[in-house]
Amino acid sequence: MRRYISAYFTDEENLLSASKILREKNISILDVLTPFPVHGLDRILGLKDSKLPTVGFIAGGIGTLFAFGFQTWTFVVDYPLFIGGKPHFAIPAFIPITFEITVLFAAFAMVFAFLFRSGLGLGAKNKIHDERITDDRFLIIIDADDKKYLFEEIKVILEQEAAHDIQLKENN
Amino acid sequence: MYISPIREPLIKGNKTYSQITQDIAAPIEGKAGKTWYMGLGLSLSAMFFGLAMMGYTVWEGIGTWGLNRTIGWGWGITNFVWWVGIGHAGTFISAILLLFRQKWRTSINRSAEAMTIFAILCAGLFPLIHMGRPLLAFFVFPYPNTRGLWVNFNSPLLWDVFAISTYLLVSLLFWYVGLIPDIGTMRDRVTSKVKKWLYSVLSFGWTGSVKHWQRHEKLSLILAGLAAPLVLSVHSIVSSDFATAIIPGWHTTIFPPYFVAGAIFSGFAMVLTLLIVTRKALNLENYITLAHIESMNKIIIATGSIVGIAYMTELFISWYSGVEYEQYAFLNRASGPYWWAYAIMMTCNVISPQLLWFRKLRRSLVFTFILSIFINIGMWFERFVIIVTSLHRDYLPSSWSMYKPTIVEVGIFIGTLGLFFSCFLLFIRVFPVIAIAEIKTVVKSSGEKETKNKS
Repeated sequence: MRRYISAYFTDEENLLSASKILREKNISILDVLTPFPVHGLDRILGLKDSKLPTVGFIAGGIGTLFAFGFQTWTFVVDYPLFIGGKPHFAIPAFIPITFEITVLFAAFAMVFAFLFRSGLGLGAKNKIHDERITDDRFLIIIDADDKKYLFEEIKVILEQEAAHDIQLKENN
Repeated sequence: MYISPIREPLIKGNKTYSQITQDIAAPIEGKAGKTWYMGLGLSLSAMFFGLAMMGYTVWEGIGTWGLNRTIGWGWGITNFVWWVGIGHAGTFISAILLLFRQKWRTSINRSAEAMTIFAILCAGLFPLIHMGRPLLAFFVFPYPNTRGLWVNFNSPLLWDVFAISTYLLVSLLFWYVGLIPDIGTMRDRVTSKVKKWLYSVLSFGWTGSVKHWQRHEKLSLILAGLAAPLVLSVHSIVSSDFATAIIPGWHTTIFPPYFVAGAIFSGFAMVLTLLIVTRKALNLENYITLAHIESMNKIIIATGSIVGIAYMTELFISWYSGVEYEQYAFLNRASGPYWWAYAIMMTCNVISPQLLWFRKLRRSLVFTFILSIFINIGMWFERFVIIVTSLHRDYLPSSWSMYKPTIVEVGIFIGTLGLFFSCFLLFIRVFPVIAIAEIKTVVKSSGEKETKNKS
């Protein structure tokens, strides 16, 4: 059984400064749910940079090699055809399709990596904490099993930053 | 946060986050009006008429079109290029303006991207039908077959297959990834059980967690980085269908940039046509403001002028080249039997957008709406002029011919217009027309209160 504290904010500025203070006091924040991307929040929470660009780069590279290699193989090795007396290994003519396939592979790989890593997808049953989160509320979830601070102490910090509905909850 | 003292607010009326959600979700939650049903009825009938004509073409053969041995590409390819071009504005708004950090795009990117997808669907239909036997369309893909043959990777027509399919798929991904958080919003708002279930499935279980947002932002940025060169490549490749041929009037190196500029030009015109009506019908005047219309009009005048310069360059180069056929092709365009098409193209694409130098006209809804229709027509005629006038005077005068579309071709075009507007009308009733989450990120820097306070 895990216990956690949930608190709501109505303004992202309060959320940012509250998260900053909590992080400085070494209180562990389990998650922050927001209706839109709050810039700078990931830095305050010390989240690592997303590796999606790497995924895109690698998948794009595979796409490049695959598309260029495939065109070369069909036209040079498998069935060399004379088309208007042009060379079989026509590098410039292979570039457009190579580019398109590169983009296609990179885009699909990144989107699937994003969905997979975030646990999103068709039929995903993620817990919806509160229906207001997708509207105008910012929810912060703080680990309460951490015995460094009492609930009351955390509550004071949060209240100073205009948080409301501060509750101690149990997760089963 | 820096707030510009001279910029107009992008969101009017001191909206709170909750009001924004409410305003944008309202058209989906409310009942559809009579005009919506009438619009959908009209679009669907047009679509079914087009479907019937497509069926007739496939049943009876491509001979039902007005094409002949000299003019093998008529309305079909004209419409294909026109629709692909229209799609380009959506990607321009969602990708290139994102990379340039233009905040005003947040009000219009969702609907423009939707428009892109519907336009590519319409475009893709034409080559498909033009094949005459659409059931064999899979022949264009390189798959191992009993003939042991591969497709011709040296042909721009094949590049087109890859470019258009990639463009459709990547646009779809980009659009849907952007939609996920907003579908989440709809899921949390609707009360009916069926709708809640549907939005819940479509929202992919979106929670709004900070880590998800971080990845989402990164993903959107990189997808934009990929889509930006992609959109430029698509119309460059479409233009290569013509430019690599040896037909006078087609065989020019100016085509790729000229086509791309024209595509964005016509696309923005279509965005304006749609949004001027949409903002009024859905009461979104506070989000799609006159400032947005003016910004789009500025892009219209920039791209329109590029198109104008391209026309002039073509004329100059045809004279300067000293090639008799080349010179004749352009002289014939302007003064031959299709002079009227050339005149419509010149008036609509070169002269009329220049009126936008006047601020009053840039900010006039009625004028902008009429102008956007003019540009849509002008850009359609541009493709018609390029295709038909270049073909109808062959090298040998014995092959000279004229082209007139039949009701079948016209019907198919009307059908795609119907398909496009049906899709758009359904879209505005199902998904938020404005990116709710995205527009909330700019309200603090570009809302009415904020911009007024500092000036």
